[in-house]
Amino acid sequence: MVSTDTPGGGPASGPARPPRKRSHAAPAASSAPSAQPGQPDAVRPSAKAPAGGGENRGGDQGADHGYGSAFADGLAGGVIPSGAVDVDRPDTAALPAPAGETGWKRSLAGGIAFLRRRMTGDYDVDDFGYDPDFTDNVLMPPLRLLYEKWFRIDTLGIHNVPDTGGALLVANHSGTIAVDAVMTAVALRDHHPRQRPLRMLGADMVFDTPFLGPISRKAGNTLACNPDAERLLSSGEVVAVYPEGFKGVGKPYSQRYKLQRFGRGGFVTAALKTGVPIIPVSIVGAEEIYPLIGNIKPLARALGFPYFPVTPTFPLLGPLGAIPLPSKWLIEFGEPIPTDGYGDHAADDPMVVFNLTDRVRETIQQTLYRLLLRRGHPFLG
Amino acid sequence: MAGRVVLVTGVTRFIGSELAGRLARHPEVDRVIGVDAALPEPAARARMGDADFARVDIRNPLIARVIEAARVDTVVHASASATPASSAARSMVKEMNVLGTMQLLAACQRSDSLRNLIVRSTAAIYGSSSRDPAIFTEETPARSVPSSGPARDAIDIEAYVRGFGRRRPDVRIAVPRFADIIGPTVVTPLTRYFALSPFVPMVLGRDARIQLVHESDAVGVMEHLAIKDFSGVVNVAGDGVLTLAQAIHRAGRLPLSVPAFTLGGISRVMRTARLGGFSPRQVESLTTGRVLDTTRLLERAGYQPHFTTVQAFDDFAAHLRPALPASTVRGVEKRITGTLGLRPEQAGPNGDALLIGSGGTGSSAGQASRSATPAGPAAGSLPVGGRSAAPGGDTPDGDDRLDGRPRLVGINGDAAGSPRRWRTR
Repeated sequence: MVSTDTPGGGPASGPARPPRKRSHAAPAASSAPSAQPGQPDAVRPSAKAPAGGGENRGGDQGADHGYGSAFADGLAGGVIPSGAVDVDRPDTAALPAPAGETGWKRSLAGGIAFLRRRMTGDYDVDDFGYDPDFTDNVLMPPLRLLYEKWFRIDTLGIHNVPDTGGALLVANHSGTIAVDAVMTAVALRDHHPRQRPLRMLGADMVFDTPFLGPISRKAGNTLACNPDAERLLSSGEVVAVYPEGFKGVGKPYSQRYKLQRFGRGGFVTAALKTGVPIIPVSIVGAEEIYPLIGNIKPLARALGFPYFPVTPTFPLLGPLGAIPLPSKWLIEFGEPIPTDGYGDHAADDPMVVFNLTDRVRETIQQTLYRLLLRRGHPFLG
Repeated sequence: MAGRVVLVTGVTRFIGSELAGRLARHPEVDRVIGVDAALPEPAARARMGDADFARVDIRNPLIARVIEAARVDTVVHASASATPASSAARSMVKEMNVLGTMQLLAACQRSDSLRNLIVRSTAAIYGSSSRDPAIFTEETPARSVPSSGPARDAIDIEAYVRGFGRRRPDVRIAVPRFADIIGPTVVTPLTRYFALSPFVPMVLGRDARIQLVHESDAVGVMEHLAIKDFSGVVNVAGDGVLTLAQAIHRAGRLPLSVPAFTLGGISRVMRTARLGGFSPRQVESLTTGRVLDTTRLLERAGYQPHFTTVQAFDDFAAHLRPALPASTVRGVEKRITGTLGLRPEQAGPNGDALLIGSGGTGSSAGQASRSATPAGPAAGSLPVGGRSAAPGGDTPDGDDRLDGRPRLVGINGDAAGSPRRWRTR
């Protein structure tokens, strides 16, 4: 960890370096599997072993504010773990650090600069409310910790997500609360060669909830409806949907890894209309974080929730029940399913839509079974 | 063929009077008649330029005689859906909005000279809820139709206009739906709200996206629609969005998040203490965002707003006295980093122009267009004709702008439809 904090060193470092640095780290990361013959396309979290971390980041250590250094910086800097501060601010990143300025100092200065930007409103928000500055500096660092240290997530097949242009990720949904969705977003932001932000489609309840609603918008998510999905997809964003919805997150533990009904196929229509590929995403591990063993229906009705969960720790242990169990996760991004070869009016043809929906659903279900075998023990993995 | 004869309603207000003045200068227009129930104040009269003024209440049948006598071919109903400066006289506003529009349309229907009708509407007609898509096109159905208030009025007004369209298919009808209009001159509940200082109340746990249109663009769109041949409904808004908290910070104020049910009490206390008032309804309407798709405005109506939402807001905010100027915040940052022996991170193109010059490349339009907050050093970086020495420093808050001090709202450029220099009050 300490070694990542020293400036320079790599051949690519210096003032002329392109601003989005971690895009250089990533090719090295995706070539890393050659060193791990057992797992053909796994991108191991580098934080697992210090040596692996250095290897993954290659010669780009100096200015790489990846999760690893972000973690270290967060500990050192104290106030705001803002190791990734300049990842999204090319104007500031183009400035070379003066000699002698060490990583934690820069990140502390970055944290103060972040506070200044918030105080003066000097940041950008897109039409959907996506606020990259806030997402990368406030939301991502703790989620990254959860991703690397708590769930020890292995991401497979991330190269199936295209570097540019729109793509629709369709994933299974589980885990009582939608931790799997945010972990997919971390996977794409941290491990994709282009650090693509993931724009997720959520239920209206999310955006209706105080605090959660605005934060969810700042993180780039929007309402699950076709106009929003098509607008995002046609503007070249990576969009994720969870067609199982509350049926998936709120299903009992006994039904784990059994896909629920896939809505009405609205996501397929959106992909067909915009001609973007559908990428089936299978997430293993989220089912075990809050095993849902009961559902207090009257309470759920009274509070207006779709379900009121009872897990082994909640509501028994009160707030402690909010701590997820440390299961071992695997996220696999499957082969893209093209949607541009179906002709002009395919989106209006229910048979095409149903067939594609089934195909996506089957792919995810089969992949889930395969990943479960591969993972082995849910917690020791 | 002789030039156009245009009738503009609501000329005591900024939009109406400025529009009347601009149309009067337009080469295709022979005569402009501004009407209102009250006499325009000198400033509004000055803005009207060569336009004539007729003191007629649009709820009075006399308006039909005016249209007939002057052979009016274009009626611009600029006072419809106008936001009142205060929310006090709600029933009066409804009367003027809805019944005034009915009467005006009745008069228009009798006129055989009428060819064009432009009725101002508002984006509030879409409502706003968590079940709505993030961005509204003209076809998006409203899921949460308000049962009262300006949005309800706008729905009624548009319904009357559609009815008129069926009865008079020979008349071209354009209905612009405006996002909230903001600028240094207009006074609306929204401008009064942002003028609160140093704390601006917000609903706890909410931070909606807001979209604005600059007052000069609002006038420009109305003029464009009156002269050109677009017909139909069209959304009007500046590009881009701000969140409410971001806007408050940009105005050099601090957001104060309070639970929604306390807003009424806070509003009353502030009024009693004469700290400036705000409408609790106004604040509550800012809890769910509404963003408009302006593709139709750009492509079919052929009008490109000159101000983005951020620029429009900054132009407005430059006339407020900031409680916490951006330069102060930057100064504090430098002091803290200096104390800690750190090197402060480079600021955006404006925040720190004296220190770093133009080192920052401005990663996006929004940042590049960040006009200087009043005390900021870089006034020249507003792309739309740099604001020249905005006298924002001594501007008192809010409605004090109504008083009679002359103020130059300087924006260079004099192409048709582009913002230009106004002398207002």
